[in-house]
Amino acid sequence: MIARWFHRRGWSDLVIGLPYVWLLIFFLLPFLIVVGMSFATRTSTAPPFGFGGENPLVNLAGYARLFSDTLYIRAFVTSLTNAAGAMVLCLLIGYPMALGLTRVDRGWRNILLMLVILPFWTSFLLRVYAWMGLMGSNSWFNKVLTGAWNWLVPQAWDVANVPLMHSNFAVVLVMVYTYLPFMILPLYANLERLDPTLDEAAMDLGARPFAVFRDVTLPQSIPGIIAGGMLVFIPAAGELVIPTLVGDSSAPMIGRVISDEFSSARDWPMAAAVAVALLILMVGPMMIYSRFEARAQARERSE
Amino acid sequence: MKRSNTFLLTMLGFGFAFFYVPILSMIVYSFNGSRLATVWGGFSTKWYGTLLSNAQIGKALWLSLEIALLSSTIATILGTMAGIALARFTKFRGRTLFSGLVTAPLIMPEVITGISSLIFFILLGQYLGWPAARGFTTVTLAHITFSMVFVTTIVQSRMLSADRSIEEAAMDLGARPWQVLRDVTLPVISPAILSGWLLAFTISMDDVVITNFTTGPGTTTLPILIWSKVKLGVTPDINALATLIVLTVGLCVLAAGVMMNRAERRAERDRRLAYRANE
Repeated sequence: MIARWFHRRGWSDLVIGLPYVWLLIFFLLPFLIVVGMSFATRTSTAPPFGFGGENPLVNLAGYARLFSDTLYIRAFVTSLTNAAGAMVLCLLIGYPMALGLTRVDRGWRNILLMLVILPFWTSFLLRVYAWMGLMGSNSWFNKVLTGAWNWLVPQAWDVANVPLMHSNFAVVLVMVYTYLPFMILPLYANLERLDPTLDEAAMDLGARPFAVFRDVTLPQSIPGIIAGGMLVFIPAAGELVIPTLVGDSSAPMIGRVISDEFSSARDWPMAAAVAVALLILMVGPMMIYSRFEARAQARERSE
Repeated sequence: MKRSNTFLLTMLGFGFAFFYVPILSMIVYSFNGSRLATVWGGFSTKWYGTLLSNAQIGKALWLSLEIALLSSTIATILGTMAGIALARFTKFRGRTLFSGLVTAPLIMPEVITGISSLIFFILLGQYLGWPAARGFTTVTLAHITFSMVFVTTIVQSRMLSADRSIEEAAMDLGARPWQVLRDVTLPVISPAILSGWLLAFTISMDDVVITNFTTGPGTTTLPILIWSKVKLGVTPDINALATLIVLTVGLCVLAAGVMMNRAERRAERDRRLAYRANE
């Protein structure tokens, strides 16, 4: 009986149903609770929120505070500018690296690609930590930077050490460091597929190397640039670990604000409202990314 | 052409220096004799001794391994099922929602995933009485949920690029759909399943944010232990721990890479021999 059910349709129901139900319970339901929570009212009960009863059913106070309290606006601006800065720097460093990878010969290329991926497999936290060691005011790296700075600028601007730690610059730098592979890999995959005869044709027609790059290579690599850019921007905007460890705590990023509202201030409805606002902001980049991904996949399948 | 290549290769050199100088510096400073983490005080291996005598670290490592093994195995089973469902069943009720549910955790900021899981577990505990406390179970459940979708992505893309004619041949020979899946499809996609499992394992071993929200007192994974120490600043024993972790992982990945490279070359050679035999 069960065997017959299993062979007829049971197995396919299970293959679809089990992961479906799992994600509905452990991903969608918690998410919907957070969305609902953003309309709740903060109370001093445990758990610290009220919903209906003596409290209003829909309380928009959290969303109103997003626009009236400068803390939230500043945090959003800091997050978006840091993420955008990291994305642009990743592109400026990652593009020549990806292009360079397509120019080295096969045997070396596999080794170098592995070296790009290797840091990704090692601990994220420890890669951030490695920079904490470099940026501290007594480190050799900071001394080198300080020396270079004092040598370059007039004596009046001399500093004892470069204030790297606990700044937005440090956050962007470490983000570039940790997310650079996300930029290089899609770019490399894109650039590797380009037809080299197009370059040669342009060259034969007398174009200089830079003109070949600008008019032939660059336009064809836009899908790679967008995929890499979004893969850096999306996680960077919601980053929590990096700003907590090397960031400026007086100008927090939005991830830190959500976490603080929730844990320290115990204002769950506010934390939920900020989280929903962050997601709404991320919808644009996410849609750009998935549209380009779908198009790239469709092209791959047609090839 | 020549000049632009020099520029690109120089950028590659700079890029790899950028990748590896911080890690190398951390490794060098793990042998620092001084108690000040950033001031060089002569060569010493004493921090490794401190590390080995710290029972807390061993316990945390063991717990991390347990959670990672359990969660990545369940995540691989569920994730593979979802990947097969999305690649092979083009029409079923709620497919759009399902494919959305599979992509959303990939791009959801970790803070939000963490907080929503925590709120969910607290409310469950409050109204159903389970889970009574947060710890091993809640961390494992959260890890399964956000790592299974990575497995799905890998399996799904492998299934879409796989040659379907073998499956069709099996079908023509009278195999039932379930038999085709078990005897043909699964062996074909097994490398993708294995790399999905590895990815899920690594993600679980490495996770700080979601674990930090879903864990409770007494359940300290290795990343959480490091996180609580690192928040206070740079210390030489963490340099030593980081060195051990980076070297272990690095050697494993290198060995896997070399093995894969060799297997690929062997397959290439076999293919060439087969062609020649056919001529």
